[in-house]
Amino acid sequence: MAKHVLGETDRRVVNALQEGFPLTERPFAVAAQTLGLSETDLIDRVRRLREDGWLTRFGPMFDADRLGGGTTLAAMTVPEEDYERVAEQVNAHPEVAHNYAREHALNMWFVIASERSEQINTVIAAIEAETGLSVYAMPKEHEFFVEARFEA
Amino acid sequence: MTVMPPFPIDEIDRRIIKATQAGLPLCQRPYAAVAGDVGVSEGEVIRRLRRMLEARIVRRVAAVPNHYRLGYVANGMTVWDVDDDAVLELGSAVGRLPFVSHSYLRPRHRPAWPYNLFAMVHGKSRAEADEKAAVIAGLLGDACHGHAILYSTRILKKTGLRLGA
Repeated sequence: MAKHVLGETDRRVVNALQEGFPLTERPFAVAAQTLGLSETDLIDRVRRLREDGWLTRFGPMFDADRLGGGTTLAAMTVPEEDYERVAEQVNAHPEVAHNYAREHALNMWFVIASERSEQINTVIAAIEAETGLSVYAMPKEHEFFVEARFEA
Repeated sequence: MTVMPPFPIDEIDRRIIKATQAGLPLCQRPYAAVAGDVGVSEGEVIRRLRRMLEARIVRRVAAVPNHYRLGYVANGMTVWDVDDDAVLELGSAVGRLPFVSHSYLRPRHRPAWPYNLFAMVHGKSRAEADEKAAVIAGLLGDACHGHAILYSTRILKKTGLRLGA
């Protein structure tokens, strides 16, 4: 059974590793020294934090746009009685990376990502044909730099 | 427009991305383990990841917490209708607020969607997230003509971005 509260040391590990992880031969040893832990203790903690679901990812985060592909945010107004069917139809596309239900007239919000940017419009057209609903594409025109972290 | 041009990557970069996009191996020499999978040296993996970090293909090498587990259960997409001639400057200021995790300029779709500035805020309650939205409203002032907060009620899919899917 996963713990429901993070201990003080785990909390420091989560906060510190959000800031970054070294690109060196022994990165856990370097990070562990800053935290006052041993290398193997830190490796064990990160493994447990991942297994218990405190961390969703650990490693490099890639920017799909910079890889020459494309991404867009997209939104739809889905009638409540069709919501589950439409969610299945949208999610069935492998290019749909995230999909969230949100409280608004536009009540389904998803991200379409593809290595081939021209594929984005193909997926949107397919979703509109399959669901009979309009898709509003909202590709980013500018990304503002952010520094936010989640304090554990 | 400040969208950076695509950065050319080669087949070895692609193999490194595929070998690490689900996460780094949890061992003393994780880059050596990746190197073994990819078929290059450990130093080559580190050099290429550094280069991709400098080119912003890699945003960060870091841990990403499950913010729901940490108690941030109120996740609001705040959206704002901001004057076009002020939105780049004001959006930069919004991005610098410590509680904004993503912020983008996106196209409007009038009349259904008048909003052009997006900022994700997170709180341990909706009241806390609403307070953060009020700080953004104060910062935008008269340049903003309307806003909404769209709280997520359900994750329908979350697979992340995958190369070669």
